[in-house]
Amino acid sequence: MIDKNTPADKLTIGGNIYDAGNAREFKTGDWRSIKPIFLSEKCKQCGLCFPVCPDDAIPVGKDQLRKDFDYDYCKGCGVCAKVCPFGAIEMKTEGEN
Amino acid sequence: MSIRERLSGNEAAATAMKQINPDVVAAFPITPSTEIPQYFSTFVSNGSVDTEFVAVESEHSAMSACIGAEAAGARAMTATSANGLSLMWEMIYIASSLRLPIVMSLVNRAVSGPLNIHNDYSDAMGVRDSGWIMLFSENNQEAYDNLIMAHRIAEHKDVLLPLMICQDGFITSHSIENIELIEDEKVKEFVGSYHPQHYLLNDKEPMAVGPMDLQAFLFEHKYEQAEAMRNAKKVILEVAEEFEKMTGRKYGLFEEYKLDDAEIAVVCMNSTAGTTKDVVDALREKGIKAGMLKVRVFRPFPAEEIAKALSHVKAVAVLDKSDSLNGAGGALFEDVVSGMYVNGNNVKALSYVYGIGGRDTTTKDISSVYTDLEEVVKTGNVGNPYRYLGLRKE
Repeated sequence: MIDKNTPADKLTIGGNIYDAGNAREFKTGDWRSIKPIFLSEKCKQCGLCFPVCPDDAIPVGKDQLRKDFDYDYCKGCGVCAKVCPFGAIEMKTEGEN
Repeated sequence: MSIRERLSGNEAAATAMKQINPDVVAAFPITPSTEIPQYFSTFVSNGSVDTEFVAVESEHSAMSACIGAEAAGARAMTATSANGLSLMWEMIYIASSLRLPIVMSLVNRAVSGPLNIHNDYSDAMGVRDSGWIMLFSENNQEAYDNLIMAHRIAEHKDVLLPLMICQDGFITSHSIENIELIEDEKVKEFVGSYHPQHYLLNDKEPMAVGPMDLQAFLFEHKYEQAEAMRNAKKVILEVAEEFEKMTGRKYGLFEEYKLDDAEIAVVCMNSTAGTTKDVVDALREKGIKAGMLKVRVFRPFPAEEIAKALSHVKAVAVLDKSDSLNGAGGALFEDVVSGMYVNGNNVKALSYVYGIGGRDTTTKDISSVYTDLEEVVKTGNVGNPYRYLGLRKE
């Protein structure tokens, strides 16, 4: 696995990536300035939030239920909070409790 | 037996491309290189090549199509001049940083403005730091020979860089001279077929080309490019040696003409070398120890080798057919002089900007440079090192 400690002569030429599905390794969560909070007690599992997530920040389990946010990929766009009819997603400023 | 012909520089380049028979040619016409894609499209129509010819709407697209083709795993070529190269500029850097061994015929012409279609090196010098290998050709024969060698260098696993073959606009591109062509079969065997290790159309290995490359990686990738450029020097010489075995024609990083025992020397490129050789011969007849060094490989720049070849001369003049407009010397001058300095060679050096916009450079002009060099040797005084040759001035 290539990361920021890989020396120059161990990199691929031109930064080529020779395997598929590698976007998972590109964690973009640190771009976020506001953060969605999942209020599971208000959630009716209606299924409206996860299709609108532009990344992969709302995991859905094999049981068809959405789980808590995967903040590694959440950029804090707030689309999920906007689309939730039950107020089960609340946007908070990053770094606040 | 080689084939004796008489061809212009553009015909020579198009003929080399026909024999190479690349998978893709994408080009847009621009004077003075227009004839290269023009002749080549005739070969496509006649069925004498298997190439996919992409008639694009601009040079930016020509280079983009070459990049796409090479990334897909094909062998791609193009030709351009001056402002065509300027329009390619963005993609020129992308081609080299993605390590795609595209081969281009660059027919050197002044970059506008004001508008000029004639020969100088402002186009080539504009991309001298772009990571392309750059070979210069004195005449149609060298333009042809360099193209035949191009893919072997560019596609070498230790190199994988795009490469451009330069020749002088009009002076070479439109002058018909004798030429020795190599038989089609021999060229085919010499150039070989192209089997890239990684390519986009390989369904066994899905890959991403040109991903985001931020602070943690771009530095190392640029270093890799620089290493490839350093490796290219050796590969260029190896390919030249093999080429010599096939044709008897010898190529190095540069050509030395009567330089061994020379006291004064001129460094130049392309067709000016022909004129300079004539002057050297005339001066030698008068007992003046004049010599010449013609740079063939401009990128990678053979700094150490040139410094060594010039170490014994008393004064050297470097001729630049483009003005860097930097208030100091031309691009070739600066490379030669920095090479000499770093290698502890303290030869007195003059920079001459000449031939801009196709201004004729005659034997009389070149003679005057050697006269200046004699004066520098006699007085030990360089005077103003930043000089012009053939400029009207009161």
